[in-house]
Amino acid sequence: MEDFLSEFPELSRETLRFIKKGFDASYRAFSREYGDTIEAVFDPVLYFLVWFEKLLQNSPWPIVLICFLAVIYFGSRKISVTIGSLFAFLLIGIFGMWEDTMSTVSIIGVCTMLSIGIGIPVGVLMAKSERAQRICTPILDVMQTMPSFVYLIPVVMLLGIGKIPGLLAVVIYAIPPIIRLTNLGIREVDKEVLEAADAFGANPRQKLFQVQLPLALPTIFAGINQTIMMALAMVVIASMIGVKGLGQPVLKAITNQYFAMGLFNGLAIVALAIIFDRVSQSFGHRIQQHRSGSRE
Amino acid sequence: MSEIKIQIKNLFKIFGKNPKSALEKVKNGVNKDELLEKHNHVLGLKDINLDIKEKSIQVVMGLSGSGKSTLIRHINRLIEPTDGSVVVDGDDVLKMNDESLRNFRRTKTAMVFQRFALLPHKTVLENTKFGLHIQNIDEKESDIRARRWIDRVGLSGYEEKYPQHLSGGMQQRVGLARALTNDGEILLMDEAFSALDPLIRKDMQDILLELQDELHKTVVFITHDLDEALKIGDRIAILKDGIMDQEGIPADILLSPKTQYVKDFVEDVNRARVIKAKHIMSKLNGQNRDNAMLVDQDDFIDRFIDKVISEKPSCLIVKNKHNDEIGYLSTKRLSEILKR
Repeated sequence: MEDFLSEFPELSRETLRFIKKGFDASYRAFSREYGDTIEAVFDPVLYFLVWFEKLLQNSPWPIVLICFLAVIYFGSRKISVTIGSLFAFLLIGIFGMWEDTMSTVSIIGVCTMLSIGIGIPVGVLMAKSERAQRICTPILDVMQTMPSFVYLIPVVMLLGIGKIPGLLAVVIYAIPPIIRLTNLGIREVDKEVLEAADAFGANPRQKLFQVQLPLALPTIFAGINQTIMMALAMVVIASMIGVKGLGQPVLKAITNQYFAMGLFNGLAIVALAIIFDRVSQSFGHRIQQHRSGSRE
Repeated sequence: MSEIKIQIKNLFKIFGKNPKSALEKVKNGVNKDELLEKHNHVLGLKDINLDIKEKSIQVVMGLSGSGKSTLIRHINRLIEPTDGSVVVDGDDVLKMNDESLRNFRRTKTAMVFQRFALLPHKTVLENTKFGLHIQNIDEKESDIRARRWIDRVGLSGYEEKYPQHLSGGMQQRVGLARALTNDGEILLMDEAFSALDPLIRKDMQDILLELQDELHKTVVFITHDLDEALKIGDRIAILKDGIMDQEGIPADILLSPKTQYVKDFVEDVNRARVIKAKHIMSKLNGQNRDNAMLVDQDDFIDRFIDKVISEKPSCLIVKNKHNDEIGYLSTKRLSEILKR
């Protein structure tokens, strides 16, 4: 009796090992069977990612820099952000991190596009159907709280080491905010405005594209912003499974105790994060200017 | 007289988990409080019958919670009834499928909302065009139509503004323009002016009456304000706790309220402003008419009361538009009406 209370009754070591082994074996069988097929599915994404990365790395750096600054200016419409970004990129280049930064920008770009492309439709589905919301919410909870190393394991088992598994890991980690906030934004749309759309005979598609999505846009944008930030945070961890970019030198710095190297690359990630954040936020503000204040 | 445009028959609405079984109880005489307490269902509307005449303004009046907003939403089926029927131009709205219901909403009805319900991301012009946009009507044509109504409600020059930059009164003008641009025969107005300041409300009422003179829509107008109801209603239905207490022309409701509730409602109304000569006249029957005064049938009492006091006629003769004498009104009757 005392034994029972002091030690939690657990399965015997054999049973546990049997369960774990069985689980691993069946997953291994699954990945051996379907790994290639699944990899093939992601081929187009891989081609695009490689093409994008090469484009950024192989084009003359002044052109890339000018393009970046143009995007930053037209996104934020702020001279201060543009000049700040210019200095950040110049420093990054001078300290020899241009190539790695281009890799990181390309993977973040592709991850963000994938997250938006998958996340918004899923968020819409969740907003439209209670059942979808009941199913998706716990999955999103798991995706956000599960330590990222844990789902790196099956991804690597399935697809090996490389760009695609890294990309997947980043997307899994970064996609929940955009799904959640799309769902929230659509659910928060003023009921009376929706009723008005109904009263004028709008069909579900018209309601979605002309009322719900536009009104949810500011919230969706907050989600996109979060997604980009989380993708950047994941870059270091993803470098463990072979994603090139600013994460790899950081990893190297950790294992070899190169403090300066870690710091430089870490700061480069911070600089990217700030630029992405400012641009996406002021873009988000700009598209909702009708809500308050004057128009330009 | 004119044709019946909207016919509401035996309409019941019960909110709750199992409205059908609650319906049986209501039909067997369970009242609203008991239904809520014992069966946890809310009685929204109980056995509403209402015929709304073509080209008239039907006011539905009641305090909050009386079910008036629920009732108006049954006409374009934003709310499904528990039982009963709503027939518009001979078609049962409740039997329509999604497609024909959408068509019905697009072409037959237009609605104005209490809190305006404008799209904040669209300009005044885009908001006004919304109904036509939904119908995929050619951009140019809808532009012309929308601009005409924006102009008509006095918002020219504001076409490119966003709703947030307009005052409440102006926003509701956009709401009205949006509804009119849709050009449906039926205009549903759900407490359309209740959120506005008194002065602006009066303006909007005048605009509505002026437009109605020329457009002759069938208007269903919801309000909690008796003065408003009396001012714009051709007929008034009074709702209380989901039950229709009384329905009739404003003068009838003032002069012969059927229930205590209606009586309380109409007690403080200035009758001289609401009652017209034709409402209280009796038949011409060879009465003594020396020193008689002529009044128009559509004149409110307060239009001619001063003259009656200064000229002291022996009686009033009521005439119609073509100057035919159609009725008789003694000064004694007049003072009785005003005294009560």
